Amino acid sequence: MKKLLITLFALLPSLVFAAGPSIPLDKANYDLTNKASLQNGAKLFINYCLGCHTMGYQRYERVANDLDIPNDLMLDNLVFTDQKIGDLMTNSMHKKEAAKWFGAAPPDLTLVARVRGADWLYTYLRSFYADPSRPFGVNNTVFPDVGMPHVLEELQGVPNAVFETEMVDGVEHKTLVSIEADGSGELSKDEYNQAVLDMVNFLVYSGEPMRVERERLGMFVLGFIFIFFIIAYLLKKEFWRDVHH
Amino acid sequence: MIKGLVTGVIDWVDARIPMTDTWNKHLAQYPTPINFNFWYFFGSLAMLVLVNQILTGIWLTMNYNPSAEGAFASIEYIMRDVEYGWLLRYMHSTGASFFFIVVYLHMFRGLIYGSYQKPRELIWVFGMLIFLVLMAEAFMGYLLPWGQMSFWGAQVIISLFGAIPIIGDDLTQWIRGDFVISGATLTRFFALHVVALPLVLVVLVFLHIVALHEVGSNNPEGIEIKKKKGSVPESELSPFKYHKQFSDKKDIVDAAPFFPYFVVKDVVGVAVFLFLFAAVIFYWPEGGGYFLEPPNFEPANGLKTPEHIAPVWYYTPFYAILRAIPDKLIGVIVFGSSVLILCFLPWFDRCKVRSIRYRSTLHKLNITQFIICFIVLGILGALPATPLYTVISQICSFGYFAFFALLFIYSKNEKCKPVPERITK
Repeated sequence: MKKLLITLFALLPSLVFAAGPSIPLDKANYDLTNKASLQNGAKLFINYCLGCHTMGYQRYERVANDLDIPNDLMLDNLVFTDQKIGDLMTNSMHKKEAAKWFGAAPPDLTLVARVRGADWLYTYLRSFYADPSRPFGVNNTVFPDVGMPHVLEELQGVPNAVFETEMVDGVEHKTLVSIEADGSGELSKDEYNQAVLDMVNFLVYSGEPMRVERERLGMFVLGFIFIFFIIAYLLKKEFWRDVHH
Repeated sequence: MIKGLVTGVIDWVDARIPMTDTWNKHLAQYPTPINFNFWYFFGSLAMLVLVNQILTGIWLTMNYNPSAEGAFASIEYIMRDVEYGWLLRYMHSTGASFFFIVVYLHMFRGLIYGSYQKPRELIWVFGMLIFLVLMAEAFMGYLLPWGQMSFWGAQVIISLFGAIPIIGDDLTQWIRGDFVISGATLTRFFALHVVALPLVLVVLVFLHIVALHEVGSNNPEGIEIKKKKGSVPESELSPFKYHKQFSDKKDIVDAAPFFPYFVVKDVVGVAVFLFLFAAVIFYWPEGGGYFLEPPNFEPANGLKTPEHIAPVWYYTPFYAILRAIPDKLIGVIVFGSSVLILCFLPWFDRCKVRSIRYRSTLHKLNITQFIICFIVLGILGALPATPLYTVISQICSFGYFAFFALLFIYSKNEKCKPVPERITK
């Protein structure tokens, strides 16, 4: 019995950590209090993503208010349709048609950061590489054979995969070691990483727009409960002086 | 003048319903053992979480839309557009997990101190019925956000009824109200989740407490605080006034009235609990993907199966038992038995000594292996099945059931330590 228990305990860590992602993800150091980053992320998202992907549970007005963007500035520069400021951030792409074009309709992205995680998004958007065998000429190491084209190519440039060839038992094995942009993009490598990070920051924000407020309010609630605890404890001690045990 | 008015009103009510008498009998003059320890906080905490679930649930219902088309969006509407809707929603979703944490600890308390033993069998049985209804309540509630895990979790669990011979297929269709999980399933689960099951739950909690107050609380020593009338010298009687229903028939020792002594004590427990509860709500509402599962932030899609369908953590021990059995029908039977067998615990244990403090080493080891099996099953039930895990699940399922079999065998003539006469001696 004891032996079995010891084996079980020894196995526990490997059991808990057994399921992990196959591609190591880069850490996205997003900062929800950095308004400039969030504003840039919103700008990039609305310009590059919103054409195909909706943000259908979030309203323009909420984004404007939370990110300190004046409503008229938001309407003039970031609302491309005739939608009103209080409308949900949708587009006019036809789901059925889109499924024909891309293989699957582009999913809504309001909550994508809560489904996939910030690190996944940050790595995914930096993992496109040129692959002429794919319909849109690109593939992705994080999401192999993804139906999405590399929309940010004009920012990043053409990303070429660097392979390493190895001979194993007389058979050539190609492994992808890194992705290098060809320099034709508008942004340098660091600038591109920052732009992607800003966009991920915005997506994390949109997944839970009240998060900063939630964490701020939490301090007051925990502080109140702590004081309540002290009073409750002293009250208990006072009453229990009557009880001899 | 005002005091006269107040007593006047109280007298008027008391002449019509037994208000003061009920207050005294169940609170102000209810004898409670003074040696209650840490494990005795979880009963009142379970009550607190129940109230939390009912109140936040009522307010969530005001903005929730129980339809396949609108459910998912209405949750996000609550999270974004309803004032403090996010707080109500997190209180409710975190409350569900905390309900099970508290209830599991409450059950563990009963297990180690033998609180299910004669004459408290009915308290345990009502408690187990509460646990069963709570599982159904949480299962139906989990469908309501209409996310991917809501949909596929319900799909997997409801399809289990299909394993029953002959009527299986018709039964699953009758439960779903459709050939697949659909809006029809959602609306009926909504009705059951917000009206039917909460009513059953409240009635069962009432019965649980009525049964408890009839025989009195057990305590960590597992011995009675109500002694034979006249057997205790005057100087050793509990110095407090108790309701005549208790003090007329018995001599009460080592006790204090529930109000105010245990109310102020429980309030300290409530404060600690609320601190942890609020810490999760405000800083960790997803509970690492166990309280709110990431795939559930994606709307239900009947054409896209998630990579790994895992039930919420509080079902995983029983789910692991289900998966450990290769045959579907036998699996479902064993799975059902694993929950039901708990109801019969009072009759598996034939020992006269209640508390683990005075029971045999064998019993201590048996409880330890039972708890380890339960926890390992809980971990495995949340992970994808692999051949190795399946073997471990099978071993732990065996350990789970072996607990009851062993208990039944050794408890008849168990060698226990001598039990003290009094809590304080």
